[in-house]
Amino acid sequence: MQRVIYQELKSERGFWLALGVIALVTLTGLGAALFMEHSGHIVTGMDNRIVWGMPHVFAIFLIVAASGALNVASVGSVFGREAYKPLARFSTLLAMALLIGGLAVLVLDLGRPERLVVAMTNYNFKSIFTWNIFLYSGFVAVAAAYLFVMMARGTTWLTKPVGLVAFVWRLLLTTGTGSIFGWLVAREAYNAAVMAPLFIALSLALGTAAFILATAGLFALEGRAFQSGLVIRLGRLMGVFVAAVLYFTAVQHLTNLYAAQRLAVASFLLWSGGIFPLLFWIVQVALGALIPLALVFLASSRTAALLAAGLVLLGGFAQLYVIIIGGQAFPLMLFPGYEVSKTFLDGSVASYSPSLPEVLLGLGGVAISLGIVLAGARIFRILPDRIIDEPSDRPKSAPAAVARAMPNVPAAAAR
Amino acid sequence: MSGCCNGGKKENSKCCGGDPSPVLDANTPIDTARRWFLKSAAAFTTLTLAPGVTLMAFAGASPADAKAGRGPVTSAQRWGLLIDVAKCAEDCSACVSACAKEHGVAATGHPRTDAQWIRKVTVKGEKGGAPRSLPVMCQHCASPPCVDVCPTGASFKRADGIVLVDKHICIGCRYCVMACPYGARSFVHEPLTDQVEHAPRGKGTVESCTLCVHRVDTGRQPACVEACAATGRGAMIFGDLNDPSSEISKRIAQFPTRQIRADLGLDLGVRYQNL
Repeated sequence: MQRVIYQELKSERGFWLALGVIALVTLTGLGAALFMEHSGHIVTGMDNRIVWGMPHVFAIFLIVAASGALNVASVGSVFGREAYKPLARFSTLLAMALLIGGLAVLVLDLGRPERLVVAMTNYNFKSIFTWNIFLYSGFVAVAAAYLFVMMARGTTWLTKPVGLVAFVWRLLLTTGTGSIFGWLVAREAYNAAVMAPLFIALSLALGTAAFILATAGLFALEGRAFQSGLVIRLGRLMGVFVAAVLYFTAVQHLTNLYAAQRLAVASFLLWSGGIFPLLFWIVQVALGALIPLALVFLASSRTAALLAAGLVLLGGFAQLYVIIIGGQAFPLMLFPGYEVSKTFLDGSVASYSPSLPEVLLGLGGVAISLGIVLAGARIFRILPDRIIDEPSDRPKSAPAAVARAMPNVPAAAAR
Repeated sequence: MSGCCNGGKKENSKCCGGDPSPVLDANTPIDTARRWFLKSAAAFTTLTLAPGVTLMAFAGASPADAKAGRGPVTSAQRWGLLIDVAKCAEDCSACVSACAKEHGVAATGHPRTDAQWIRKVTVKGEKGGAPRSLPVMCQHCASPPCVDVCPTGASFKRADGIVLVDKHICIGCRYCVMACPYGARSFVHEPLTDQVEHAPRGKGTVESCTLCVHRVDTGRQPACVEACAATGRGAMIFGDLNDPSSEISKRIAQFPTRQIRADLGLDLGVRYQNL
């Protein structure tokens, strides 16, 4: 086990340039939210059929990824895998940042965002949304405590118990997020218990993918050594989660296909529903799952792992789009067994095209997350000064590779 | 420092601690600014709290109100509608127009975002069968999914079964629109002006049929029922489902009626006959 030295981000030009771009995207997103708030949701592509649009796809994408981004820390402290421990701090920071970015989008899309204080003071405890208010804010608190015990002196013994709480908490969190849809009794596309485990698997895949890309990006920005062994291992771990997502997705659709009453919605999402089957088969399944699986398990290289992580994020985004928008586009069945005259609210498939402000708000949320990551890693000692492969990860010619990767590091430190 | 620590008469609490603070005597000038501040603060507090306290004192229903049927609603009543689909003509939309007029719901030129508190739907059997036209609105469920999912409690059900939205605590999350099996809820997408007094509506909040609660509370019929009787064919009956002697209860006892999506077990306040 190598000695880990944590350092704040030191780079000047790269850091400020990145922060500048992030600030610009954040401000654009906030401007879009202000515009939506001022004009009303008429300036979005949403209407009384598609009431949750692009902001919700972004928000749930970030929230789900947040829960999974904590995975690396959990694998290190709860499951005792030493190789991941140096990155546990960053994993926790990324998780908090993604969650805050996602919540920002969710809140700024409200019809009355200025009434957030109402949501903080009036609770209906039968609502899964209310549970989620506590699950989300609690997650930030638990993650902050986890980060604290990992970083403070003399609290190392607490890392495992607090890590265990964080691990259980994020499983509950994603169960809560999946159940937002799973418990909607009236919608044919939802109302399935499989939504909770599907969202847990999706969170692990998306979170690990986001973690791989964010870590590799920051190490590159800083010019710190991040050797391929861990990237490839993380890629394979992500592959396992991607396979789990595929499995739960298959269960979800097979259940619908088997029940005659659900055949219509299954065929809509898988075959006849226009953009939704395209997104499902091409982006979610082929680009977002099958190709990444081949990349991480067959190619086994750093580039392959990074490419796979990007594709998994793309596929996950498409999957959430199909779940959220596709699920609403399919008409409510008020009169099963009857034909309903096709009107806007009844019997017809709803159309939706996201407007620019919605997309800008969503991207603003991503920027908020990245801004928190950058600022956090600049202020605190979060990121290790190097990641050197463990002997088991190292290729045969490892010492030479280490020397090439880090000409400035003395041989003793590189060990 | 006269009087300090002398005979238990402490004029300045810091005095005995050795703090050489000055002590008030007849020659000390009065701090008028401080007095003014305290007086103003007291006046401000009184002015802020008094209206609320007064309102709370007067808002409670008096026994006389309760006797006159104007007291708090109770679960003694369960308001409902019975719609005889056989009498509902496909080309008639008197109920829809009356509802829009009653609540100041006007078309905005954007049909996809326009509020639809009540709408006409035409259904027919999948393998032929006569088409039926019927109005669909909030079904005022006994177990409303919209109330279950609402995070703030803005969606609520009154004791007499009327499901409403409290526009003051609705944050516009639209989860109730997702949860409603009947597509009965609308989200206000644009700024509104000239709302009618008894139907508060506002941009960024969700709304739906109120069963004309403002009329019901004064012993009148909902606007749609009135319009259906006046210009339609009298297909709608409003009444108390809990009262076996009410016309609606008698009809339900006499003829088979249906609830939309009865499989969901929501126990609807709106029933359909001849569907």
